[in-house]
Amino acid sequence: MADVFDEMTGADGSIRPPYGELSRWLSEIPPEVLDHRRREAELIFQRIGITFAVYGETDSQERLIPFDVVPRILAAAEWGFVCRGLEQRVKAINAYIGDVYGRREILKAGVIPEDLVFQNPVFRPEMNGQKVPHDIYVHIAGIDIIRVDASTFYVLEDNARTPSGVSYMLENREIMLRLFPELFSRHRVAPVENYPNELLATLKSVAPATASSDPTVVLLTPGIYNSAYYEHSFLADKLGVELVEGRDLFVKDETVYMRTTQGPQRVDVIYRRVDDDFLDPLAFRPDSALGAPGVMSAYQAGNVTLANAVGTGIADDKAVYSYMPAIVKFYLGEEPLLNNVPTWRCREEDHLAYVLDRLEELVVKEVHGSGGYGMLIGPRADKAQIEAFRTKLKSSPKNFIAQPTLALSTVPTCVEEGIAPRHVDLRPFVLVGRDCVRIVPGGLTRVALKKGSLVVNSSQGGGTKDTWVLDT
Amino acid sequence: MRIRVVHRTSYRYDTPATGVIQMLRLTPRNHDGQYVINWRIDVSADCRLNQHEDAFGNLCHSFTAEGPLSELVVSVEGEVETRNTNAVMTGAIERFPPSLFLRETPLTTADDAIRDFAAATRAETGDDGLKLLHEMLARLHADITFDPDPTHTATTASEAFVLKRGVCQDLSHIFVAAARSVGIPARYISGHFHRDDGVTDQDAGHAWAEAFVPSLGWVGFDATNGICATDAHVRIAVGLDYLGAAPVRGTRYGGSGETLSVNVLVNQTQHQSQS
Repeated sequence: MADVFDEMTGADGSIRPPYGELSRWLSEIPPEVLDHRRREAELIFQRIGITFAVYGETDSQERLIPFDVVPRILAAAEWGFVCRGLEQRVKAINAYIGDVYGRREILKAGVIPEDLVFQNPVFRPEMNGQKVPHDIYVHIAGIDIIRVDASTFYVLEDNARTPSGVSYMLENREIMLRLFPELFSRHRVAPVENYPNELLATLKSVAPATASSDPTVVLLTPGIYNSAYYEHSFLADKLGVELVEGRDLFVKDETVYMRTTQGPQRVDVIYRRVDDDFLDPLAFRPDSALGAPGVMSAYQAGNVTLANAVGTGIADDKAVYSYMPAIVKFYLGEEPLLNNVPTWRCREEDHLAYVLDRLEELVVKEVHGSGGYGMLIGPRADKAQIEAFRTKLKSSPKNFIAQPTLALSTVPTCVEEGIAPRHVDLRPFVLVGRDCVRIVPGGLTRVALKKGSLVVNSSQGGGTKDTWVLDT
Repeated sequence: MRIRVVHRTSYRYDTPATGVIQMLRLTPRNHDGQYVINWRIDVSADCRLNQHEDAFGNLCHSFTAEGPLSELVVSVEGEVETRNTNAVMTGAIERFPPSLFLRETPLTTADDAIRDFAAATRAETGDDGLKLLHEMLARLHADITFDPDPTHTATTASEAFVLKRGVCQDLSHIFVAAARSVGIPARYISGHFHRDDGVTDQDAGHAWAEAFVPSLGWVGFDATNGICATDAHVRIAVGLDYLGAAPVRGTRYGGSGETLSVNVLVNQTQHQSQS
């Protein structure tokens, strides 16, 4: 693995400018004070009850996600660059989805193989030829970014379905403001509190043409058993919109209504955190009790907007990921600002041969896996694990991609041994409305708390940090 | 052949339902082997039928009926003029390239047994797609006993293949799964079948499969009857599986004790002398 880039201490041992104040503060603050504040933060999180569920674990159903009190800092110029890259990426993604469900130019041009789209379970035939308001399919994207040196950022994943985590961005900031006001006074940190307003403005801007001038927005949750339920209720509260479950909605004559104490009220925009499969038992999984029967026909009739649109998985699918640079070029005629991680598609014979030869060095991911499950980190795996993956790869190469093991940047983190560098990624949230693209300066920084670990997923021992974008 | 279809789907509720929403795929469209002379849908409840076309070009109607409803009847009646095209389907609406129909769905996932069946058949017939499909048709027709008891609408291809029993839906799912497993695009067709044994009353619609043969196009295979599609087949809807072509998909609000009965009458209204 290449040298690890630490965001505070540069390669030459000097403190990088955005971290100047923080570094001084860390050396000034007595360890017991920091520890005390850390425990205070834990207590607050416990009291608010911000939890997540770990799938596949029987004992503990809900857990607190560990929070690290040392902020991760980005300079204004660094953030500006990332923003331009993100904006470019979501523009390309929306153009691509519209094309795949429309004229299919990119397939005709042979840029992406047809079968990769049409045979992909996340491609939704139901969306073919479907117009969506203002041609926006992805209204909310949570694009995972990693950094490997002072100027190089990679996009790791484009989460274009129902990305979660934004509640952590907001809560982390609130707690930091409460616990470390003096640290904020020494920095000019761009605010993130505006996110709910920006999200609401985005959602209202894509209401159907038939909606009133003040469209009704609701947040559709799968319910209390969903791992992100806390976030759903938190966001609905911040947005000032109703939090609904499928059974609170009904469809009459291709229009969606919610049941209220004052009788049915028409719904114009559904910010849905329910997966495509469960959205409408009349169109998708017939056994789903989480959706609203008929909502797809209301959507197809143009009487309600779903955010995000149905079928956006065709943009963030891991098999499609490797084509993103080509997608950016195809629709925008520009070179991508944010790099893609070099990716070998095991569906292609020569790529597969290459990957099988170098399993010890590579990260192999299942195309339809998520949350860090179903993947092999070659350099960290033992012989048996590698051989198990070799068998899997040979029997269904189509299901896998491989990438080099990247040296994720590190950031100072409060761990048992004191302040030590830990690997991080970043999930900024990009909002695409009719009028503009909005990106709140910040995002969710996930940190692998285990020394040397590269897996930042909260389900596998990752924590979160507040992300500061400096104004100057 | 001029075929008249009367298709009634009736629901009775012991405790009246407060509302019903349904999505219907009950209306045939024209293609080179089929001309729809007249066709109408009636719903016993007071409602508006909203017509639209789905992803595969099927004509759909959706409606919402408000209760209390102690019964609901959806009736379809119409006449279709069909002509034998040697099972080759042309002139239908095609929104996707054939390769889309290689997608697996939960109902049509080929397990090892189905894969083995398809591979073993191919080992005998060779790579000629049409020959292979005909052989699979004959084998499934011979091996699988028509039996409405053990399976239901949510039975998967692999479950039915283990049972070696099932109805036209199951046979079509197995055929589709087997064809896809050897790289042949295949799809599910719902419709009606005019029997030549004089039986006109049936308790369900019919289903068969279409598979794509590059030299011919889409070809209809009816594993239940062990034949290719003929002018006795009235084609209503196409999908990746039963769910995509289901005559009725619906949800009931409130109520309980639902009894469903389906009654289909398929007869020939006029004999034409063939010269």
